[in-house]
Amino acid sequence: MNKVIEMKDVCKWFGDFKVLNNINLEIKQGEKVVVCGPSGSGKSTLVRCINRLEVNQAGVIKVIGNKLSNNKKVNHQINSKIGMVFQQFNLFPHLSVLDNLTLGPTKVLGLSKNDATKKAMKLLERVKIPEQVNKKPHQLSGGQQQRVAIARSLCMDPKIMLFDEPTSALDPEMISEVLDVIIDLANDGMTMVVVTHEMGFAKKVADRMIFMDEGQIVEQGRPINFFTKPKTKRCKKFLNQILQN
Amino acid sequence: MNKFFFIILFFLVFLSGCSDSNIWGWYVIDPSTKSGWDNIQFLLGGFTSTIQLSIIAAIISIVLGLIIALPGMSDNYFLKSINRVYVEFVRAIPLLPMLFWVFYGLPVIFKSLGINISIDAFWGAILTLAISDSAFTAEIFRGGIQSIHRGQTEASKTIGLNYYQTMRYVILPQALRRILPPLANQFIYIVKMSAFASVIGMQELTRRANEIVVTEYRPLEIYTLLIFEYLILVLIISFFVRRLERKMGSNESLNS
Ligand SMILES: Nc1ncnc2c1ncn2[C@@H]1O[C@H](COP(=O)(O)OP(=O)(O)OP(=O)(O)O)[C@@H](O)[C@H]1O
Ligand SMILES: [Mg+2]
Repeated sequence: MNKVIEMKDVCKWFGDFKVLNNINLEIKQGEKVVVCGPSGSGKSTLVRCINRLEVNQAGVIKVIGNKLSNNKKVNHQINSKIGMVFQQFNLFPHLSVLDNLTLGPTKVLGLSKNDATKKAMKLLERVKIPEQVNKKPHQLSGGQQQRVAIARSLCMDPKIMLFDEPTSALDPEMISEVLDVIIDLANDGMTMVVVTHEMGFAKKVADRMIFMDEGQIVEQGRPINFFTKPKTKRCKKFLNQILQN
Repeated sequence: MNKFFFIILFFLVFLSGCSDSNIWGWYVIDPSTKSGWDNIQFLLGGFTSTIQLSIIAAIISIVLGLIIALPGMSDNYFLKSINRVYVEFVRAIPLLPMLFWVFYGLPVIFKSLGINISIDAFWGAILTLAISDSAFTAEIFRGGIQSIHRGQTEASKTIGLNYYQTMRYVILPQALRRILPPLANQFIYIVKMSAFASVIGMQELTRRANEIVVTEYRPLEIYTLLIFEYLILVLIISFFVRRLERKMGSNESLNS
């Protein structure tokens, strides 16, 4: 299978602080990668480098065969193929749910308002909230907002989906409704990188687990091995902490 | 409260003028006499110019302010510098010297460049007011736009919107509710500053008052009236600003 994300010797600094330290990572089409690790280990930064919300100072990142650089046009092209879901949803608060979903398709993909609406409705059904179509984001629960955000990303027909702690800002009772949507998407063959601490979810969908610490990929492997016999001390300690809660 | 205070003050001043003290000579603008009525008409006629001047200058200032504000939010050091230099420079120049420079100096530059543009008092005043004010509108825009959470720009990027589309459909509509009230307040500033246009011969409220003072030798009455002319204008604008603020405020929940 072909690789859709390739990271080679990627480093990133915030000032003097090295957030990413020689990251080497290849992700195949259709692969589901779950990233975990302690707070501040660079998980978000790693994911945000893939769609260039952060710029790496060293190393090479290729997405769907295109090298990321300062070429705005290429980045823009690649970006429209990568969907991203944020911890804080980042819905557009001044727009209705429908307009949140149709903005990209009409302005970027050039769809007519009519076609975009049809597409939006289909995706809202997929995330199981078609009845909320005319509400504003602040009228929805956190779980509903996050599902709208997922639908908004899907509206752009992404080839890759990035999730940065999609359920961390949610009340416990809403976590599963969002995870169910992501699992459904995973079963559909979407390539995805998910930063999460929901280990039950990870066991279900991950093809590969990645453990990060201090800006490095410390350990990675198939979930069975990863959870049952972690190779490194740091990973063992982290898993113990997280599985206790 | 403010309004009541001024209205009371107005009547105190006015009533004392109606007493037979010899400080006051309201006859200059007594509408029941022919010359008084003519004077009043002449003085109130200045409203047209003052209002025109202020509105056109405000519109230009807003456009200019937005254009200046945008590079100020860039990560690019050079673009950022353009914004800073413009804002700091323009903000530092007092209005009157700038007015002289635009009205008397700029045509010389145009002439030396072979451009045949003469600047009349009207456009000279508008240009000066607009430029001078644009430094402030630029800061208002920048503050308003930067108050919108970074996640909004990031989300726009991930659905493929470019810079212009992000501004147009995502950031500005949200920033506007924070920008409009201070922008409207800034309009009051323009109205007041437009009085300076009198010195280059613009026939607005202040100029007309000066002209009557010169012929009638009644500065106290005429300038008292002048102050109230501005007061009324500003109070009307304040009224609308207040309403705007209330309306924007009640929508604030949409923004969180
Ligand atoms: N814009 C920034 N400027 C400076 N430092 C930053 C910036 N963004 C992140 N950092 C720092 O980089 C480190 C890694 O941040 P990152 O957000 O990638 O961690 P994370 O693994 O996602 O953590 P968390 O689990 O808390 O989300 C942290 O120490 C953080 O303080
Ligand atoms: Mg993070």
